[in-house]
Amino acid sequence: MNENGDRMSIIVQTIASILFPLALIFSFYVIMHGHLTPGGGFQGGAIGASAVALLIVAFGAKYVEGKMEEENLSIFESLGGLVFVIVSILGFFLAATFLTNFLVGEPLFGIIPAWGEAPLNSGGVLPILNLAVGMKVIGGLASVVLILAIASKEGEK
Amino acid sequence: MMGLFEIAIILLSASMIASAIIAIWFKDLLASIIALAVMSLLLSLYFYILQAPDVAIAEAGVGACLTTAILIITIRSTERMEEGEK
Repeated sequence: MNENGDRMSIIVQTIASILFPLALIFSFYVIMHGHLTPGGGFQGGAIGASAVALLIVAFGAKYVEGKMEEENLSIFESLGGLVFVIVSILGFFLAATFLTNFLVGEPLFGIIPAWGEAPLNSGGVLPILNLAVGMKVIGGLASVVLILAIASKEGEK
Repeated sequence: MMGLFEIAIILLSASMIASAIIAIWFKDLLASIIALAVMSLLLSLYFYILQAPDVAIAEAGVGACLTTAILIITIRSTERMEEGEK
């Protein structure tokens, strides 16, 4: 499987480097349209983490670890959890209870039509929560795969 | 009278059972992992036919991509062929 170091062949590397931004764009699409179409934070985050897993399988764990350190992924994941908790507690202070949708009805957020297709900014606080869950899932699953690959590579020596 | 829905469900169930049996039957564990990924992909198609597209996306992302990557990374550091009778 690994002829030169821990990389795969040049065909796999080229296809992976073409497919990686497309998979990230699709992941971001699924996350940002989570309140309108099927999908949401967890599904989009799993797609983004599988894009990182594609890079790890094609380029090897050491190269990916050099490009994105595991600490940065942990910081990214913790930032997602922090955004979720802060938005939830803001709902407690600005409106009635925990996780209240306090942005709906504002002029920039929450133009909800009576029927038919809703526009993208009709969710109020929900896209922010979906984005936070997506950041947490991408960071968590990608760091799981990266740590597993690095640990199995160090176990060989 | 069988409609298209029943025919699709019967075909998908038969293909899933066949790929699961193939995944157990292979001695080459890499081919076994590919058969398991095929079973997971067919399961996501099954969820889509049963009108649960949310679960279908989660199954396709986690079951067919991440589990396959984790198992391939695990096989890379252990042995590829199953022990026992050749």
